[in-house]
Amino acid sequence: MTAVAGARRPAARAATRDHGAWFLVLPALIPILLLSVGPLLYGIVLAFTDAQSGRTTATTWIGALNFRDLLHDTLFWESFRIGLVWAVGVTAPQFLLALGLALLLNQDLRLRRFARALAIVPWAMPEVVVGIMWRLVYNPDAGVLNETLRDLGLGGGRDWLSGLATALPAVIVVGVWAGMPQTTVALLAGLQNTPRELHEAAAVDGAGACRRFRAVTWPALRPVALAITALNLIWNLNSFALVYVLTSGGPGGKTRLPMLFAYEEAFRYGQFGYAAAMGCVLVAVVSVLLAVFLVGRLRGGEDA
Amino acid sequence: MRTRPAARAGQYAALLGYLVFLAFPLLWLLSTAFKSPRELGSLHPAWIPRHPTLANFRQAFDEQPLLHAALNSLLVALGAAVVAVLIATPMAYVMARHRSALSRAATGWVVVSQAFPFVLVIIPLFLLLKHLRLIDSLAGLVLVYVVWALPFALWMLVGHVRAVPEELEEAAAVDGAGRLRTLVSVTAPLLAPGIAATALFAFVTAWNEFFFALVLLKSPGRQTLPVVLTHFIGAEGVADLGPLAAAAFLATLPSLLVFALIQRRITGGLLEGAVKN
Repeated sequence: MTAVAGARRPAARAATRDHGAWFLVLPALIPILLLSVGPLLYGIVLAFTDAQSGRTTATTWIGALNFRDLLHDTLFWESFRIGLVWAVGVTAPQFLLALGLALLLNQDLRLRRFARALAIVPWAMPEVVVGIMWRLVYNPDAGVLNETLRDLGLGGGRDWLSGLATALPAVIVVGVWAGMPQTTVALLAGLQNTPRELHEAAAVDGAGACRRFRAVTWPALRPVALAITALNLIWNLNSFALVYVLTSGGPGGKTRLPMLFAYEEAFRYGQFGYAAAMGCVLVAVVSVLLAVFLVGRLRGGEDA
Repeated sequence: MRTRPAARAGQYAALLGYLVFLAFPLLWLLSTAFKSPRELGSLHPAWIPRHPTLANFRQAFDEQPLLHAALNSLLVALGAAVVAVLIATPMAYVMARHRSALSRAATGWVVVSQAFPFVLVIIPLFLLLKHLRLIDSLAGLVLVYVVWALPFALWMLVGHVRAVPEELEEAAAVDGAGRLRTLVSVTAPLLAPGIAATALFAFVTAWNEFFFALVLLKSPGRQTLPVVLTHFIGAEGVADLGPLAAAAFLATLPSLLVFALIQRRITGGLLEGAVKN
């Protein structure tokens, strides 16, 4: 549409418009290039150097040495594994729970507005506060979780966040809680885009709820579902604040996500080059996910 | 469509389950914030404080420079919101109206930047800001937050610009209004609600942000609220629960208020981004 409108205009005017366009774009473009694209490229370059913080000798080019070290760094791969468990462990239940909630909110139920408002609250909260809040819930003595378990006669409870076996699952639950809003909102939006008439027609034809979901709702919802799941995976792989506040990566590194690992490497031990190499590995993983997301989006566009 | 009563009951039960899951941590935070130290030490913590007290709030303000931190957060968030909107609006306009290579590249950046691993960006940013003597400065943090808020701001604003009919602008041009004049007196007023919502969103993002603030701000007098909140959690992980809950509750209020204002628009923006674009 824009192309047609543009073709109608004389060429001379189009040229002045383009000058105007540059003028309008530059104020945002310069910071983007300087503080976003630039640092990303610089970061990739750093990964091939021995850059360290507070060092007086010149930084030198060391080729792929950081990556070779990284390959043998069992701590990093353990952290990477934890990161994947965390990302998938949060994203999958989050999707199912959010889908359920979105389907409910799409129904004509009482309390719907209230539930909708409540479902969005975690989105507005600072991640640090979410972490603090769940520390209070998980607190071994004054926490509501152990108290409830005691009341139900399910044992004396435990120290959830510092138990070797319970820390990661406990942290994952918080991740699910914190990420529910975006997923629910996106899925709800997708649901409201599904053609209601089709739904009713299917119901008239005697299709049960399950059948209607599979035949009518899901095909319409699929592009949104794919997009939000890919984004969730990426966001979760990049998450930092929640786990930093909840456990700081402990106990014994059981919840040390790659982001925490790289942060410590860079800003506690000052190994900028090595930490940048870790960042590159994460970028590689995320790029693959992003590619899946984009391909899914394109295909979703064809379907629609 | 009729739903059978049994199915309806099941739906309500499920909804109730969700409400409990979503609400109980929030209620517990609130409850802890108003409990006395003695009650917090008791073996059977109750949902409703037996002797509600404001002592935790007083103690929180005594222990940590909360007001000062809140002021820092406010300055940074306001600065980031205003600058982000000022530079994003013209760019969003171009992205919505011109189908050029530049617009496509910008759209690509908006999508890809969602996936930027902060850890790869933060080290060069740290070095760059250090070079510019903007480390440990609120101005430096504002710059970072502006760029960080831009993708979503552009995303939202492009949708809002598309919603303004192009014919209106063409009509103004036919009437002899110059390009700038058209933008200022025709397009901008129609965009105002969208711009306001975008600014508020950028405000909340900056107010809540933790990672960059943690790395880039070192002196206690310059730290923002989320960073200062983590100081309540001691080195051993033992925290003074009452004041911690009180401070966390207060730090959330501004975000909640702003979010309540823009809730509808945010969800709309996400919808356009995820479905229509």
